Amino acid sequence: MKEVLKLVVVLTLVGVLAGLILSYVNDATEAARAYQDRLELLNALSVVLPEHTNEADKDVVKTAKGTKYYISKRDGKVNGCAFVTSSDKGYGGKIRLLVGVDIKGKIHGVVVLEQHETPGLGAKIAEEGFLSQFRGRDIRNTHWKVKKDGGDIDQITGATISPRAVVEAIKNGLERLGQDRDVIYGGSNVVQ
Amino acid sequence: MSFSKEFTKGIWELNPIFVLVLGMCPTLAVTTSVKNGLGMGLAATFVLLCSNIVVSLIRSFVPDRVRIPTYIVVIATFVTMVDLIMSAYFRPLHHALGLFIPLIVVNCIILGRAEAFASKNSIWDSIADALGIGLGFTLALVVLGSIREVLGSGSILGYPIVWKGFKPILVMILPPGAFLTLGLLSAIFTKINNTRA
Repeated sequence: MKEVLKLVVVLTLVGVLAGLILSYVNDATEAARAYQDRLELLNALSVVLPEHTNEADKDVVKTAKGTKYYISKRDGKVNGCAFVTSSDKGYGGKIRLLVGVDIKGKIHGVVVLEQHETPGLGAKIAEEGFLSQFRGRDIRNTHWKVKKDGGDIDQITGATISPRAVVEAIKNGLERLGQDRDVIYGGSNVVQ
Repeated sequence: MSFSKEFTKGIWELNPIFVLVLGMCPTLAVTTSVKNGLGMGLAATFVLLCSNIVVSLIRSFVPDRVRIPTYIVVIATFVTMVDLIMSAYFRPLHHALGLFIPLIVVNCIILGRAEAFASKNSIWDSIADALGIGLGFTLALVVLGSIREVLGSGSILGYPIVWKGFKPILVMILPPGAFLTLGLLSAIFTKINNTRA
């Protein structure tokens, strides 16, 4: 009995001590982690949005369905927005993109936020050479399929599945944008 | 054994990758580039050093029957600390190593050294052991990473070094490349160790 008690006491002490230390480290690094998160988002937004002067990560409109739009403003005038869209049909699972559009709904820039595609093949979807082709496209002026499937988008040699997933994600995002336009640019739903 | 002997054995006679063949999962998965190998090696070395120190310190209080859960808690605590700190201050590296940071908890090298060495030896020797094994692990990952990065991406530490007529051999940064390189290196290493002995 005495031995069992000793086991319990030692393990409990070790657990409590570990918990205390970790909660301290968690608190101590929280601000720095939040700062890094924001820095990443701001970097991505500065790439995809048209030239803007506002802090776009704080200028957010959230629709009733939960889609978040980052609003881009230049000298107080709205000139576009950005949204996150994703597809589960990548070769390595989920692909998440941040897409920025101008006020007319034409794509200004796309960056990949998350992808697990094959390095050297499918992972090229994250490169500028592939992503730059989306600039200027919108839901109407483009047939949203890769060329192999009869559409307008260049695929990557040796990798069709990854570009297909990207195209699907962007197309869905643009369709959603079309439905949400009034909410986004209406201005009344601006959440701080 | 002296400090220096405990230290060097981790690099040669007891090299965790080429001799003990432990911790293969991170070894195969993260060595697609020098930077990833180095980051993983240093992170694991840090955890190993901390866990060896603590395990050696508490070795007389911890009852034998609960020693393994105790070691795991100690290791998991340090790994979580590394994960949080890396996420806060070394974000790109944190992205590159991803899931493999939390998986340091189950890296057999660390529990192996806690069980086989730190729980039976003084702090001083445990520090030497951790540094030696950690350095052995890091060096092995860096060598693997350099070979795979040069052949597979045509670069070293991210700087392109493509020479005339060379096309990167993609398979080298895919899983089969890891097995091929590891197998060849292990053979060479065994040969060197045999001639040294």
